[in-house]
Order: sequence, then C-alpha cells, then structure tokens
Amino acid sequence: MAKPARPRASAASAKPAATDAPVSPAIIETAALAGEDASVFALRSLQQAHANNKRYDASDAELLHFYEQMVLIRRFEERAGQLYGLGLIGGFCHLYIGQEAVAVGVQSALRAGHDSVITGYRDHGHMLAYGIDPRVIMAELTGRAAGISRGKGGSMHMFSTEHKFFGGHGIVGAQVPLGAGLAFGHKYRDDGGVCVAYFGDGAANQGQVYETFNMAALWKLPIVFVVENNGYAMGTAVKRGSAETHFYRRGTGFRIPGMDVNGMDVLEVRQATEVALEFVRGGNGPVLMELNTYRYRGHSMSDPAKYRSREEVQDMRDKHDPIEAAKQDLLRRGVTEAQLKDIDKRIRQAVAEAADFAENSPEPAPGELYTDVLVGSY
Amino acid sequence: MAIELKMPALSPTMEEGTLAKWLVKPGDTVKSGDILAEIETDKATMEFEAVDEGVIGDLLIAAGTEGVKVGTIIATLQGDDEAPATPAAPVAPPVVAAPVAAPRPSAPEPVAISADTINTTVREALRDAMAEEMRADDRVFVMGEEVAEYQGAYKVTQGLLEEFGPRRVIDTPITEYGFAGIGAGAAMGGLRPIVEFMTFNFAMQAIDHIINSAAKTNYMSGGQMRCPIVFRGPNGAASRVGAQHSQNYAPWYAAVPGLVVIAPYDAADAKGLLKAAIRSDDPVVFLENELVYGRSFPVPQGEDAVVPIGKARIVRPGRDVTIVAYSISVGLALEAADVLAGEGIEAEVIDLRTLRPLDTATVLESLSRTNRLVIAEEGYPVCGIASEIIAVVMEHGFDDLDAPVLRVCDEDVPLPYAANLEKAALIDAARIAAAVRKVCYR
Repeated sequence: MAKPARPRASAASAKPAATDAPVSPAIIETAALAGEDASVFALRSLQQAHANNKRYDASDAELLHFYEQMVLIRRFEERAGQLYGLGLIGGFCHLYIGQEAVAVGVQSALRAGHDSVITGYRDHGHMLAYGIDPRVIMAELTGRAAGISRGKGGSMHMFSTEHKFFGGHGIVGAQVPLGAGLAFGHKYRDDGGVCVAYFGDGAANQGQVYETFNMAALWKLPIVFVVENNGYAMGTAVKRGSAETHFYRRGTGFRIPGMDVNGMDVLEVRQATEVALEFVRGGNGPVLMELNTYRYRGHSMSDPAKYRSREEVQDMRDKHDPIEAAKQDLLRRGVTEAQLKDIDKRIRQAVAEAADFAENSPEPAPGELYTDVLVGSY
Repeated sequence: MAIELKMPALSPTMEEGTLAKWLVKPGDTVKSGDILAEIETDKATMEFEAVDEGVIGDLLIAAGTEGVKVGTIIATLQGDDEAPATPAAPVAPPVVAAPVAAPRPSAPEPVAISADTINTTVREALRDAMAEEMRADDRVFVMGEEVAEYQGAYKVTQGLLEEFGPRRVIDTPITEYGFAGIGAGAAMGGLRPIVEFMTFNFAMQAIDHIINSAAKTNYMSGGQMRCPIVFRGPNGAASRVGAQHSQNYAPWYAAVPGLVVIAPYDAADAKGLLKAAIRSDDPVVFLENELVYGRSFPVPQGEDAVVPIGKARIVRPGRDVTIVAYSISVGLALEAADVLAGEGIEAEVIDLRTLRPLDTATVLESLSRTNRLVIAEEGYPVCGIASEIIAVVMEHGFDDLDAPVLRVCDEDVPLPYAANLEKAALIDAARIAAAVRKVCYR
C-alpha cells in the first residue's frame, strides 16, 4: 500500500519533537569544537520559534481575503482542467489544486512590488495569489495574444516583472539559482528586498539546488527557499526518490536553518513565513522552509495516476483541504454561509469571464513568431 | 659536471618570460625546495625552486631580462660531489641579453601604431573593457572562479578587485551550474553580470542556464523579462591540455536563437566587442582564446571605442580568394595569406567577429568578387560554423562560385595530448594555404 504522501501535515505536532530529541554526543562534541560559532548557529531556532507560535492571528477580513484567493485558484484551475479537456489548452498544464494555501499564505507575508518571487512550471496559482488578472493568465493558457506572455510562453512560462514575479521556469530546479540571483540583486542594490524561490520535492534532488544553498549561505543572500512537498515528484513518491525525506533538514550541511510547516493551513503558512522573513531581512542569510502539501490532480494533465490510490487522494480532500479548513474557521468566527456563498459566486463569475476571454481573444499575429528573440538589432 | 638550470615553463602556454629577480648568488649552497629566482610571465609572477642540492655556479641571465625563452640555460649548479665554485672569486656581473630592451618576438600580425591607438594585449584589452563599463554603470559586476583575489585564472580580471572591491568582483566556489544560474537571475532582476568561466569547457556544466534560462526567457515572456548577461572566458584548444580542456563551443552556442555569440581575434575587437556585449540588452556568449591573450595589437583609445555586434571585418583585402575565419584562425589565415601572396595568390581574409547573428552579407559580397571560398575554423569539422557558412553560400552564393567551398578545421577526433598528435590534429596556416591552392586550381 502506498503510504499516504503527506501524513506529516496532519501529524505536524509530532514532528517538532524530533528536533527536540536528545542531542547525540557527536553533535555535542561538534558544537563544543565550534565554540562561539555554534551559539549563533540558528539551525534549529526558527523551527522552535515556529513551534511556539504556529498560526497567524488573522483578522476576519484577512482570513476572508485568503479564503477568496484560495477559492479563486481552485476554481480557476478546475476551469483550466476543463479547457484542457476541450483542447483549448495544449501541451503541459500543471494544476495547483490542493496546494492553494502555500502560495496564498507565503504571498500574504511579502511586501508587494518589493520582494521578488520565482517558481517552477506549476505557476498559475502563484500568479493568481499575486493578484494578477485571471483573464491574462487564462489567455496565456489558451495561447492568445492577450496572454501575459503574449501567447509565447504557455502554462509553464508566465512572468510579471511589474509584480516582481519572475516565472514560470520549465527545467526542474533551475529557478533555485535564478532566485538566488534575484536575491543577489536585492543585496547588491541594498534595497531590503527578499526573494522567495519555490521548488518541489522532486527539484530538491537536483544538484544545482545544493550549489545554490552553498553560495546563498556563503554570501548571506536574502532568500527564502520554499520546498512545496506535495508528496510526489511526478509519479515518484518522496520515499522512493529521496534518502532524506525531511526536506527542511537539507540545508543543514550549508548552515541554512530549516522549518517544517503544514502547508495545508494558510494561517500556519503565513506565520511560518513571517518567522523566516524576519530572519532573512535581518541579514542572516537564507532559510529553507518545507511546506507539506498535497496535489489532488495529476502531475500534469496526462497523468495516469497509477502511483497512488483514489482513497489516499480522497482522504486528503476530506480531512486536510485548506479551503474547507479556512471555511470552517470563518464560520466559527461568525461569518455567515451567505457571505461565503457570495464570494464563491463572485469567483465563479470571474473565472467564467476569464475563460470566455481566453477562448474568444485572437491568437498572436503571425509576425509575432519573430519578435522578442533578441532585444537589440544587430 | 655542472647541472644546467633552465628557464622553466610555468603554464601550458608559456613560451618566454622575464627573469625578474635572483634570490641566490654564485657560491650559495642550495637544497631542494629553496627559491632561486622569481620569474614573471604576462600572467603571473612565480617562484623558481631548486630541485637538486648543490652550490650555485654562474648566473647566466641578468635579473630584469625580458623575453627569456623557455629552456634557456639561466644558471649552473655544482653538485655536492664536485669542487665548489671558488667563493672568494669576485662574482662576475651577470651577462648575456641586455635587460629590459630585449626585443620581444613580434606578434604574428603587423602592428601599426598611430597617435590614437596604443599597443595592448588581448588580455589587457578585455580587462580595460570591463573596467570602463564598470566605471560607467554600477549594475555591471564580474563573478567567476578566481576572478578576484587570484586576479583571474588567466589574469584577465587583473586589478579589478582593487578598483571595484568585493561587492562587484566576486569569487565563486567551483560550481558553474550554480553561479551561471545566479548570474542569469541577477540579470533578470535588472543587473548586468559578467560571468567568467575559467574555460568554456567547464561551461558545459552550466549550459542549461545559458540556453534555457538566459537565451529563452525574453521570448517566452513575450519580451517582458530580459536577461542582459555576458558569459565570457577562453574557448578552443590551448596547448597540450588534453581533450577535456580543448574544445571550441562556438557552433554549440551559435545554434541557439536568443543568444548573441561573439568570438573576437585581435585586441581592438576584444575590447570594443566586449564593451558592446556588456551594454547589450541580450545574453551574450563571448568566446576568447587563451593562446591569443598575450598577443599585442593596436587598440583605439577612448571610452566610446565600441565595436558593433554582428559586423564582420575584412582584415586583409584580396581579389583571388576569400578566407573566412574567426578567433585564433584569423591569425592563421593571415599567415597563410602572406605565404600565398608570395605565390601570386591574393587572399581576402574576413574575420567574422560575431557568430550569431552571422554577417552573411560581408561573406557573400566578398565571394561575389573573389568567386572562391575557404573557411578556417579551429574546431571540429562536423556541424561547425564552417558548415553553416557553406550552407549559406549554397543558398545565396551558388552562382558566384568558381570552385567548391572548402573548410579547414581540426581533425575529427578528441584533441590528443602527445605533442606530435596534437599538432597533427589542429588547423594550421599550411593547411589553409593548401586548401586555397586547391580552390584556385593551383
């Protein structure tokens, strides 16, 4: 039987205990040798800070906003799946359904237009969390001139330099050094900005990720590495592809503190991100956050889903859905079902408009084939 | 029998150097590991150590002598079992070559010095280009292995750390994939990185970022996200460094839309084109050649001595045949043209300078006058720049041809180490001249 990919979100409380476990004599010896250095070595301190205060104390308005953003991503992605089935979206299309709390929670802690973000090819959710118009995202999916990349990028290659969202990269792991380059720019200009570089549990096994960890820590770059651990690298369960499945520990060899976070709870994601950002903005170098999440849909649209059981997916949906959790939280706070229905309705309307727009806007002019290859004329 | 101490080669490409300083005098007893002298090349100052024990006999080359050929006997050493050199005897002042004024072997090309040019090595020209652009634009920085404190593995970045400091001249760990990605990301974020690869052989580790990240982003983003970065370093065969360190990657990068690929030959182009590359909004692969670094050429002065990207240059006019070359093969083509001129064949030599976009107009125009074409490329013969030029000529210059186009390249083998085999594998002027005679039916 396949082990449920992400029991750790549900059993998150059990995990900090592991980090508090008695320290082995070897570690004590190393610490003693390192002397003063060890006292400032904050590998475990952020995890502790996170364990002490897990959830962000959101106002009702904030939580409503998070809820709305997550619902937007869910409905948008469902519609994208439909359009793919109709042949209106081609190629690869990686849906973010199930992982909404990650993008929304992290994004909400960033300084808009100041901090930069970069991710891999599962990028629609991140774009939407940034408040980018769903119509231009959907139009990019359908390959139209009005798309955010003028129809030349597609699902995997979307960018908004205006929002400091730097894509949208199709080579697994490539966004990690690119993100460190963005962080390098923040430090070079001394503008106080931070880069968040997202990558998956699959990308976490790429060599360039560790080359980047080394330089980011060496140069104290202002970057938060976010592993979106959705349990599967395409169809390979984490346990089948990774010797160390606790990804937040993977920075230890580079003295990068790690944080183990329930990525199915938007308020926990937000709170953990604040801890990470405070550390990074303090000039202390990078943080590695592991956000344990789950993707309900296939890796891409052509996923046969033979590597996990229907029951496993259903269990995650039933018990750990980030949108349902936020909804229950809101209802407990006295928000009415009617208010939430209004939001749902508004979003369905916006997504329908985006789909209409994407379906009906024209394809790029043939001459666009030759534009944007080079900036200069030589 | 005295042991002869010879001028050592301190790098694979060193042919001569300056005997900067003697640290011993006749009569001194030395043992293995003692430092005998300091020797300077155009790249570095190195210490010359004793290997054998004994007593220093004569110092045959005076301190300060330039242009001492590798292998020249510079001193003698009496072995332990021999009578020591008479220490009481007054030490004769070192003789032989006149210091400082010793003539340097001339560069293979004629060097014309005019009022507004100054003779500069390719190495210095590249450094000057970077320094000038860094002074003009704070967004420009240099990163790579050994670019800062070591002063550049091939001394191209010499002095930059002193002038610009560690914020802008950054030593990286040996991690090409990673720092090429960091450079590309910094460019996407608005900076203007110059990423030095110690050689382009190591850039194969990083080629994903050069192609997938740097070259394609502008297109994939519909023109929204640029990547103005320069990837530069030595490319092609050096000298006796074996197959893994001796490859010309020009055809690889020139095959990729979204990149600008430049491969200069002389110092003026090295400087002017590197300045243009740094100012360009596009990602540029800038291919240098280690064997050319030390050659001197006249270089125009002034911050605005920028050479336009995408323009080939006729470096030697001629009416009988066109030789197209780039990088080190330009020198070989000029050498061949000299030989051919003695035989009554006037060859026109074109330096492509930029390989992408390729200046096909200059090549075709020359062909329309000479009607014969040879391409000289220091690189593999299969799917090379030469192949591309031949395809262009077939499509657009067929009617101008009086003979089939020939390409002169390296042999189609990984570059061997043995001196004789390496020589046999590499393109040379004689082979270019032979090909020219063939297309001229001579």
